[in-house]
Amino acid sequence: MTEFPVITTTGLTKVYRSGDREVTALDGVDLHVREGEVYGVIGQSGAGKSTLIRCLNLLERPTSGTVTVAGQDLTALAGRGKRANAGLRAARSHIGMVFQHFNLLSSRTVQDNVELPLEILKVDRRERARKARELLDLVGLADKATAYPAQLSGGQKQRVGIARALAGDPKVLLSDEATSALDPETTRSILQLLRDLNRQLGLTVVLITHEMDVVKTICDSAALMKGGRVVEQGTVAGLLATPGSELARELFPVGGEPSDGNRTVVDITFHGAAATRPVISELSRTYNVDISILGAAMDTVGGKQIGRMRIELPGRFEENVVPIGFLREQGLQVDVADGADGDAENADNADNTAPADAAVPTPANPAPAASPLKEGAK
Amino acid sequence: MQPLLYDNTLDTLFMVWWSTVYAVLIGIPIGVLLHLTDRGAMLQNAVVYKVLGAIVNIGRSLPFLILIVVLIPFTRLLVGVSIGPTGAVVPLAIAAIPFFARLVEAALREVDHGLVEAAQAMGGGTWTIIFKVLLPQALPALVAGTTTTVITLIGYSATAGAVGAGGLGNLAYTYGYQQYETALMITTVVELIVLVTLVQLLGDLIVRRLAGRGTRVPATMRVGLRRAPAAAAPLAEPATSPEAGTAAPLGAGKTP
Repeated sequence: MTEFPVITTTGLTKVYRSGDREVTALDGVDLHVREGEVYGVIGQSGAGKSTLIRCLNLLERPTSGTVTVAGQDLTALAGRGKRANAGLRAARSHIGMVFQHFNLLSSRTVQDNVELPLEILKVDRRERARKARELLDLVGLADKATAYPAQLSGGQKQRVGIARALAGDPKVLLSDEATSALDPETTRSILQLLRDLNRQLGLTVVLITHEMDVVKTICDSAALMKGGRVVEQGTVAGLLATPGSELARELFPVGGEPSDGNRTVVDITFHGAAATRPVISELSRTYNVDISILGAAMDTVGGKQIGRMRIELPGRFEENVVPIGFLREQGLQVDVADGADGDAENADNADNTAPADAAVPTPANPAPAASPLKEGAK
Repeated sequence: MQPLLYDNTLDTLFMVWWSTVYAVLIGIPIGVLLHLTDRGAMLQNAVVYKVLGAIVNIGRSLPFLILIVVLIPFTRLLVGVSIGPTGAVVPLAIAAIPFFARLVEAALREVDHGLVEAAQAMGGGTWTIIFKVLLPQALPALVAGTTTTVITLIGYSATAGAVGAGGLGNLAYTYGYQQYETALMITTVVELIVLVTLVQLLGDLIVRRLAGRGTRVPATMRVGLRRAPAAAAPLAEPATSPEAGTAAPLGAGKTP
């Protein structure tokens, strides 16, 4: 992964007009995807993520704003009108895209499907066949070259879709809910394939999904969309380290309500080595406090172990400054939940992500949304 | 009676064949243009769509007998004669073109828009989308539409026979009906039935072969005689090996 931004959007806005009604699908989206990373855009349906990814290769023309892919300003290239001109078409042939419903031509064999983008690039017949075979081998379908899509399973179809998307030697692969039509096991194998391609070819992958698991499994960075806006974005590790991050909370929901007001609730995030140390029992022994664990979750994100835990200490915050200081010294990220009320409200917001009120960022959001980005840019 | 039947069969085949050829050659571009200029389509153009649509509708609403009469000067200009099988090809083709164009438009509309988008995302232009996506994907429906057109033309050719174009319809009418040769009339009608059945069987066979690759024919396109006898079904199986159809294990594609 390098720091070179391979996809940048600035002030991307898309407004759909039907009659006198206007629907804002994208509302000033600034996206920064670095070269070689797997970038996940997550949000509920209607949040605008599908419109966003379709704007990245200008399948959907943004109402305003710019899209730059691999140093090329696509919005400047496109000109006006609905038809794609030669410049835009050339740029598109080097941006791969995979679709939720695969979109394979049923009239062509698997190999001929993979050859289609090469035909568009006017590659000669022999070279096309060679390249298609090579790509099918790469996605593990070398034996299916002469089959028709109707004879494949969903996972195999998506592999063909991925092979086809790679035919133009793209720097960027756009994945529009590529695993949403697949069962969990197939989803895992497709995600693994995307991860492998990302590592082997240095391919930048932008994927949109509504499944937190996808982000957890393969994403280096993520953006959370609500009501046409990106409300949080940054590296997954950075987001997890951000106090009050909604994405972090949804990736690792640690529930548990405090038992009464006269107690201090603390959320602890463990990274790397700290994840395996017996910090809680050390705390308990050193300061002779009784600790209740309200909720906890452990997981592996991008190959690193990360845990989150919500604990409760007796007494108010003022009485717990020293133990909390101890936890911080251990290299843990410690967030003190500011009273049961405020926290419950946050939890409500996390659950209730209807697009209507989602456009209003929660007070906690603007700052955390910015900080992980800075971290990434260092 | 035998040479009469033979000659008139040839006349019918001549008229139907050539009018079908022209209907397909001219109807496909018109159907494609209608599809592409429709609202929300790639080349959206309300003027072209409406003007073309109006011409097609007028062509389809004129009774065929009127069309023949109206077209007499045009036919003479085009092929030198206005009667006989050659003269009948012109009005037959002109009647069939708008009919087939609408069938083409309907067939193209059934092509999943996601496929068009996929081709656009690869950098494909309008020609790529027409020749590599729309027409190949719609091929089974286009064949079904051609079958329907041929059968319609067999019917029309009988009307054309009434104005001196010859053919089986004319034979049944002038000799069979007007001269009370019931046997000849029945023979001719039976031959027409056999002809229509054969065309439909052949069309269905081709459609099923093509559809065996996985494309679907929309139910609306399957007009006319119903399916072929069950015995024909094994022939329509795709030529690929039977095992290829069975679902391979999901993890079959192993990543290197």
